Parts: sequence; C-alpha cells; structure tokens
Amino acid sequence: MSVLHKKLYREVWGMRGQALAIAMVIASGVATFVMSLSTLHSLQDTQAAFYRDFRFAEVFVSLKRAPESVADRIRDIPGVDYVQTGVVAGVNLDVEGYEDPATALLVSVREDSGSQLNQIYLREGRHVDPTRDDEAVVSEAFAEAQKLSPGDRVSVIINGHKKELTLVGLALSPEFVHQIKPGAIVPDFKSYAILWMAEKPLATAYDMYGAFNNVALTLTPGANAAEVIDQLDAILARYGGRGSYARADQLSHRFLSEEFRQLESMATVYPTIFLGVAAFLLNVVFSRLFQTEREQIATLKAFGYSNWSIGIHYLQFVGVIASVGIVLGIIGGGWLGQGLSSMYMDFYRFPFLHYSIGPAVVTAAALISFAASVGGTIFAVRRAAKQPPAEAMRPEAPARYRRSFIDRSILGRAFSEPARMIVRNIQRRPVKALTTSFGIAASFAILVMGLFFGDSIEYMLDVQFRLSERDDISVSFVEPTSYSALLALQRLPGVDYAEGFRAVPVRFRVGHRTYRTAILGVQPGGDLYKTLDSNLNAVEPPEEGLVLTDYLAELLHVKPGEDVTVEVLEGSRPIRQTPLAGTVNQFLGVSGYMRLDALNRFMREGSALSGVRLAVDSAYQQEVYDAIKEMPRVAGTEIKQKAAQSLRETMGEQILIFAGITTLLAATIAFGVVYNSARITLSERARELASLRVLGFTRGEAAFILLGELAILTVLAIPLGIGLSTILCQYFIQTWQTDLFRIPLVLTPGTFSYAALVVLICSLVSGMIVRRRINDLDLVGVLKTRE
Amino acid sequence: MATAVESVFEARGLTKTYDMGEVQVRALQGVDLDLYRGELVVLLGPSGSGKSTLLNILGGLDTATSGHVGYRGKELTEATDRELTEYRRNYVGFVFQFYNLIPSLTARENVAAVTEIAEKPMTPEQALTLVGLGDRMDHFPSQMSGGQQQRVAIARAIAKNPAVLLCDEPTGALDSTTGVVVLEALERANQELGATTVIITHNADIARMADRVLHLRDGKIVSEERNASKTPAKDISW
Repeated sequence: MSVLHKKLYREVWGMRGQALAIAMVIASGVATFVMSLSTLHSLQDTQAAFYRDFRFAEVFVSLKRAPESVADRIRDIPGVDYVQTGVVAGVNLDVEGYEDPATALLVSVREDSGSQLNQIYLREGRHVDPTRDDEAVVSEAFAEAQKLSPGDRVSVIINGHKKELTLVGLALSPEFVHQIKPGAIVPDFKSYAILWMAEKPLATAYDMYGAFNNVALTLTPGANAAEVIDQLDAILARYGGRGSYARADQLSHRFLSEEFRQLESMATVYPTIFLGVAAFLLNVVFSRLFQTEREQIATLKAFGYSNWSIGIHYLQFVGVIASVGIVLGIIGGGWLGQGLSSMYMDFYRFPFLHYSIGPAVVTAAALISFAASVGGTIFAVRRAAKQPPAEAMRPEAPARYRRSFIDRSILGRAFSEPARMIVRNIQRRPVKALTTSFGIAASFAILVMGLFFGDSIEYMLDVQFRLSERDDISVSFVEPTSYSALLALQRLPGVDYAEGFRAVPVRFRVGHRTYRTAILGVQPGGDLYKTLDSNLNAVEPPEEGLVLTDYLAELLHVKPGEDVTVEVLEGSRPIRQTPLAGTVNQFLGVSGYMRLDALNRFMREGSALSGVRLAVDSAYQQEVYDAIKEMPRVAGTEIKQKAAQSLRETMGEQILIFAGITTLLAATIAFGVVYNSARITLSERARELASLRVLGFTRGEAAFILLGELAILTVLAIPLGIGLSTILCQYFIQTWQTDLFRIPLVLTPGTFSYAALVVLICSLVSGMIVRRRINDLDLVGVLKTRE
Repeated sequence: MATAVESVFEARGLTKTYDMGEVQVRALQGVDLDLYRGELVVLLGPSGSGKSTLLNILGGLDTATSGHVGYRGKELTEATDRELTEYRRNYVGFVFQFYNLIPSLTARENVAAVTEIAEKPMTPEQALTLVGLGDRMDHFPSQMSGGQQQRVAIARAIAKNPAVLLCDEPTGALDSTTGVVVLEALERANQELGATTVIITHNADIARMADRVLHLRDGKIVSEERNASKTPAKDISW
C-alpha cells in the first residue's frame, strides 16, 4: 500500500462521522435505485415466464352469446394463431361465516389443458372433474383471505339458482395476476374471487351449451393486433361482442404495467434526489478539506507530486466514501427489494417470484453513484490540485465580511454581536447557505413524497363514497332489466330510497382515437349518484348530450361542442354521433355520462336499468343485503361502507410501511446535511469560537454562534421544502396519471408538520452531537494552531 | 570555493510581482544570482525582503514575472507545469519553517511519501537515521517535538538524494538548542550528499555556517560575503 493510500485511509477514518453521514445518503439513493429496479426486473422476469408457461392470451373479447361454429370464423382471421372460447359469468358469492357482500367471476376451464390459453397454476388440490357441476378451483388470494382450503364449500347464485360448489383446488392465472374487481383501484381479496369451473356444466347452467360468451386468442408472430381486433369485432358484432382489446388493455396486465411504470419513476426520482444531495455534501466537505489540507497539498507538490496524482488521491478519497455508500446501499436495497417484492406478491399473484439483483442493476447503481460523487467534487479537486504550490503555502487571506442591509436595518441594530456573526456568516456565502437549506428541504420533500399517498387515497375515498357514490348498497343486474326491479328493491324493508342507473358498454371514437368504456345513465335529480365538476360540486349531465370524464376527453382530444362517435356494444349496437356537452372530474376509471332518460332515448329502448342504488337504514343493512343476494337477476352487490373499509385496511399497512422507510431515508439526508454543515462550520471557526471562549463566552454562547446559523437554515428549509415537495409530488401525480385512476394531490398540514418535525429532530440531534465538540474545544491548543 | 566549480543556478534580472487585489506587491526587483555545486548559501534578510519568493522560484514552486533562471543550463522560467513537477521530483528537496509534515502519516511514511516517487532515493530509514531519528520512525507528527518534526522534514527533503536543498526558515519555529540540532542535520546533509544547500533566515548567527551569505533587501541582493572559515553548526547559538 502506498503512503498516499495510508494517508487516505487514516484521513477517512479521522472524518468517519462525516464520511459515514454522506455514505448513508449515497446508500439511501443506491438502496431506492436497487430496490425499485431489482423488484421491477424480478417482477418483469416472473411475469414473462408466467405468461409464457401458462399461455397468456394476446387478444380478449367478451360477448353476449355466439354458437361454437363462430370460433372457426375467428380462427380464419389472418394473424390469429390459437383461439379459445369459453364461458365467463359474474355472480354473487356466499361464504359461510362471512356476512359482507362477495362476488365471483366464474371462468370455464376445458379438460384438454395442454394448448389451452390462460391456463391455471394449481397451488394446492386438483383440477375440476370435467363432468362435475359442483366443483370449482378457487383463486388463491381469495382462499387465503377467507381461510378456505380444498374441500371447503361456497355457494353462488348461478342464473338465479343457488348452487353449492366444493373447492377442489387453489390456483393462480396469468389472466388474474392482479385480481381486481373491474372499477376498483385496489384489490379486495376477501370479497372478490375467481372460480374456475368445468366448461360443460357451466355452459349448461348459463344456457351456453355449444356456445360461448368469451374469447381469448393468440397471434402469429408479426401479426397486426389492431387488424385482428377489427375483424374480430366485425364477426362478433351480431353476437353482442363488447369490443375486443389487446393484452395491453387487459385489466390485470394494465395494472401491472402501471405498477412497473411507477417503479421506474421511483428508480429515477429518489436516487436523483439522494445522489444530488450527496454530491452537494461531498462538495462542501471536500472544499473544506482542501482548505485544511492546502499546505499538505502544496508540500506534496513541492516534492514533485503531480497535479494528476494529487487529483487522483482526493478522487480516491471520494471513491472510498462512495464505495461505502454503494455497498451499504446495495445491501439495504436488496433487503428493501425483497420486502417490496414480497409485498407485491401479496398484491400481484404470481406462482413464484425469484427475487434477484441483476449485475446490471448493481453496475448501474455503482456507476451512477460514482458519477454523482465525482461530479460533485471534480471541480474542487481540480482547483485544489492545480493550485500553485507557492501560493498554497501562504495562509489564506482572511474571509471577507461586509455590512449588509440587514445590519443597517432597524432589525440589525437590535442584534447582539453573536447574532450579527451568524447573519454575516450566512450572507458571506449565500449560495452555500441556500444550498444547505435546499439539502434539508430535499429531506423534507422525500418525507412528504412518502406520506402524501395516504391523504390522497383517503381524499379519493371520501370523494368517491361521500360525494359521488352516495348509496349504501348498490346492486347490478345480470342484464338490463325493467323498472319493476327497482320497485321490488324499494319495497324491501329498510330501504329508504332507490335510484336506478344504466350502464351501456360503448366505444368512443374521435378521429383515429378510440376508447372502450361505458356510458353511465344517471337519474336526473337523483341523490345517490352525482357527477362532480373540477371543484367537486355536483353537476348534472344536460338534458341531451354526452359528458365525459375530463381525462377521457383529453385522451380523445375532444373539447366540449365537438362531436364524439359512440359505438354501442350491446343491444341493437347503434353507432351515433353526439356532441360533447361537458366534462366531469373523476378519480377512478374514465367513462361517459348521460341523463338516464337521455341514454334510454339514445339507445332507442324503453326504460331499462343495469342496476339500482339504495339508501338503506343502517340497522337493516344486513337484512337488505341477504334479501338481495338471493335475487335471481342480481350479478353483484356492494355495501359502500364495507368497500371503503376494506380498501383502507388493504392500503393502511402499506402506507405505514412506506412512511416508515421514507422517514429513515429522509433522516439520512437531514442528518447528513446538518451534521456535515455543523462540522465544517466548527472546523472553519474553531479558532474564533475558542477565542470567544477565552474572552469569557460560555459554551452555550459559543454553541449559539455555531448552531444558530444551522437553526436558521433549517427553519428556512421548511418553506423551501413545502415548495419542493409540492413540485415533486405534482410530478409523481402527473406521471402516474392513467385512465385507470388519477391520484389527486392532497398535501395536508399534518403531512407537512410531520415532515417538519422529523427534519427538526434530525437537525437537533446532529446539532447536539457537534455541540459536544464545542465542549471539548481545546482552548490553548486551538489558539496555537496556525492558520 | 573555486570559480571553476560547476554552476547550478544562474538567475538574471529576476522580478516577481504579486497582484493582491487592489495593490501590487513587487517581491523581487531584478535579482542576479549564481549558486554553485555543493556550496551552502545563507540568504539573509528581514521579512518581506523577497527571500521566500526567490527560494520558491529556484525550487520551481513559483514562476518569475520576468527574467531568467537556469538550472544546470535548463531554463526554469520557460518550463511547463509538468516539467517543473518533474524538476522538483528529481532534483529539489524542501524544508519549510512549519515543517509541513502530513499529520496522518508517521515519520517513516512522511519520508516514504517522497522516496516512493523519487528516482534514486535512499530508504526512509537511512534518511531518518541521518538526521538522528532512527528511534522515532513510527511516531506521528503530533507525537514529536518541533525539532524532531523539523528533522523528519529534513530527512524527507534529503531522502531523494537531491541536487539542491532549499530551506525556508528551518529554525524559525524552534528554540536555539533545538535549532542547532536541526542545523547540524542540514550541515551533515550538505557535506555527506554534496547537495547545494540554500538556507533562508533572518537570523544573522546562522550565516556563520555558510560558504557564502547573500543579503536581500526590498527584493534585491544588496551585498554578498564569503566566509573565510565556516563555523560548524554545533558552535552556533543565538
């Protein structure tokens, strides 16, 4: 080991507190990077393997009913590889001992499972007997949530008949990796199941024998999905086709893709902040180091060390700190990634997840960290290395201070001398002071970024369930039903009020842009469902014309007053143009809205309903639910309160874990910035402080001068942090906006207060650690050191 | 010293002006100087007379504003930064008033810092023994007295077997007794290694150990004298 290396290691060890504080910030950046990317890659690999091995389809469509012979016509579409037809139906589900509403999707499985698409992965038990109509394989997530195992029974209402099913197996499917009820934002495993049943008995029960209502297909390599979809829709139009869609639009796949996108943006934003702060810290610490080692550098140069070898020496110094950070970060990132992955495994149901950190991620993390560290110091290193040795040998000129407007102001005259010293020190190097504040503000911002989701989700729930969907129980029917159903429900004891709604599957078309969703018919003057404007005021759709979710209008590039083509995907499938009357605000999903009567006129059908919303006396809720569950034409029921509650439960734990990790990570920044600033100030002003102590200042008074500056910068960091976090959260919200959901930006005083508290505590703790050094200040020794 | 002896340094019309913001400091105002191989020269002058500036220029730490310096026929004034580094690395040994040891390195390592990059160095142990510190090799600077630290600095300067040894107030921070020990070390290095040795000082007593004494005032060499008989360092006191 060369002598310079020895110098290096001893000096790193000598400033280990500061070095570690910086290494921790780098480690946090590396950890978030490794965590997000390793999780992302592990999930992507797993997804690809699962899709491939279990033959996930590429195009999907559901329809009303088509005879099996139609399947051959689909097979003849150029570009279609394998076609699989089946029967799928939504049902109400009853689990013994579980009072709340639960629904299930019945999916047919065929016996010849070798080439089948969307195969199921059996976790436990066995496949269904193809001849039995009383067996089902259940989705694992639901079974786990309900503590069901093979042999247990559930009952479902199939086509109006209650049917007991014996669960023979627990399974997963590439189709339901994200097992979410359509229209929901978070899965609720307890109340939503996938039940796979033998095709023949299921088809028979739904009068689908020799027919199908669902198609999944794969494409030949190089086939054009859009063309296949067009032809498929043309074939299925007369069979009630609801519009086919490619894998990219498949619900489970969509959610996964969105999650991947979020992980990607996490892998960019967080490490950028951490490494930016680390670069800043390295810059200030090394700039100071070069001041204290000015003469050492000059001496080395006097003896013939070149600029290059001096520069390399200090870059190695930077490299050691970065390496410690990188190693800690990779270990921490691996640990966090494993945790995050297993959290994802609860959410996203894969048969296995092989979590691994790829060499590419590690290499990238190391390279980025080194680049940031070197980037933060290279100019200071260059300056130090190039310093003419004779000049470096002379002591530095005293720092320049001058009186400022603050001094001259009335406020300034009221300052004590120590306060004046603080103010002058800040204004002497305003850029450094501001950057220090910014560093602390970054910690604040990271905290806010980690915390605001809880408030945003709570706000979404509030808007969704208190302002928009104001019913207690909503009931949806198997197919459009006459008004008499509403009257029947209204008559149930405990029902205060009932309101019907209509949902029509449609495809909107504006120019070349299309979007498949539904038009919701809203009862005019109704109280249980309200569309909201951007200020969350209830607005009713106009008497005629269509209203769209604002985000959908943006997607389609259509403005109020312009025409939208509506292709109805059920009934007589009319295709009509209608002007866009306005837009409404909505956080979950996107859809069109019309007045119920207008929608019925638009459909040229009588007064049909797709479902009913009920206001129910809370004492009767369970009885009303029990009564509805047994009704033949009911496809699903939802009790709002329960839905909101389960959502909060599902999200609550995650939000807490996330907040905890965020707090730790943010603390590394706050601590790193404040501690290093304090140490540097101490080293710069040790003589000054010792002199003051000699002159009779108490330790507290000396500490005030040292820490007062940091206190001011910390307090200044809070408004900066509020601004910075608002911008960053807005960025997140913006990038995470999709047609599935738009998370509103909700920044509460509570979040800001928590962030401020954490930042202040970190500052206080690091201030106290440095203060101890003031107590230890060697008065005589410090005065003897030469400057 | 006979004039037939090889000239090591040849300076003509050296000036150096510092820009100190609003004021210009003229540290050297036309210095002509010849230094010969193996001689021990003391540069005497009050502070601010330009001694250190002259020494720094001779040592390749600084460059002159105008004039010429040649080291064995090579023009230092024209040299690039890289060439100056090369020159310092191979030919020059420095001793500074405040020792300028690297606090994080032991005595041995401080010397090794130089021997590692030099062409034909002695070992750090040899150098330290030469200055009488064979028993202090693994001490850190903070564990040694000022005199010991300065002797480490001398060991560091001589370890590369330099052609010239440039000492800027080597005893300036030391008391008389310790200072003499340091001077003895320099004397020995000069005699045993034959290095041209320049000692800067404002202490006239030290001048007694020199072959030649140059007086500097206001950036000019105002007089030169040659000691007929040198006083050994051990007999000097102040």
